[in-house]
Amino acid sequence: MNLRRDVFQAIADPTRRAILLLVASQSMTAGAIAANFDTARPTVSKHVQILTECQLLEQEQNGREIYYHLNANKLKEIADFIEPFRKMWDDRFNTLEAVMKNYQAGK
Amino acid sequence: MERKTKIHAEDNRQELTITRDFDLPLALLFKAYEEPGIVEQWMGTRVLKLENRKHGSYQFETTDPMGNKHGFNGTIHEFIPNRRITRTFEMENTPFPVQLEFLEFEELSAGNSRLVMKIVFKTPGDRDQLLKLPFAQGINMAHNRLQKVMSEDRE
Repeated sequence: MNLRRDVFQAIADPTRRAILLLVASQSMTAGAIAANFDTARPTVSKHVQILTECQLLEQEQNGREIYYHLNANKLKEIADFIEPFRKMWDDRFNTLEAVMKNYQAGK
Repeated sequence: MERKTKIHAEDNRQELTITRDFDLPLALLFKAYEEPGIVEQWMGTRVLKLENRKHGSYQFETTDPMGNKHGFNGTIHEFIPNRRITRTFEMENTPFPVQLEFLEFEELSAGNSRLVMKIVFKTPGDRDQLLKLPFAQGINMAHNRLQKVMSEDRE
């Protein structure tokens, strides 16, 4: 596989978003993650691999098991990237709402 | 708290969707897009032309804090009061290609309405570029503030 892995590609997929939600509360092995999905285990493993490659998941070795946990800093990077764009529209629409409330009151 | 404005942008797609719920009756929300004087107020722009009909077009102009004028224009393909506006949007004198906008207006209740705005770009790259614009501006502003603080510090 020679695909460029970036965080935006990673979170575009609903299964991968579900995995992130799952490991947000506690570290889990790949097997434990897969047990939460109806999807075939190799498919879930592939998703875990993609999330790990783009650093949204981090691995930690515990005895013979590898546990996965969420890399919150990486996640924040994505949230912050779209947030200014969202904020710009939110401000614009808040102004629209205020202008129209005034308009309504003035009638 | 539930966010009033939501952005949906899947990776590697050349589109994005902006959804906003308003604490306004549908007719008032639509009017904000229809009347030039009101558009000027909330968009902070001059409305040079706004022809609300099929084959119509619009032309806006904003002036930035440096006094530079920026032109925006587009063609209106559909104008169905209280329901839908389909139009193009072009930022003049920028490398951004024209984009296609589908605005759907919807009544939620007597006093609440929703706007779903779907924007289609020439390429996924163009979409990401536009998404990053406020992000980049934010960084620039922070940088400029920092520079200002630093230069004042030296004086």
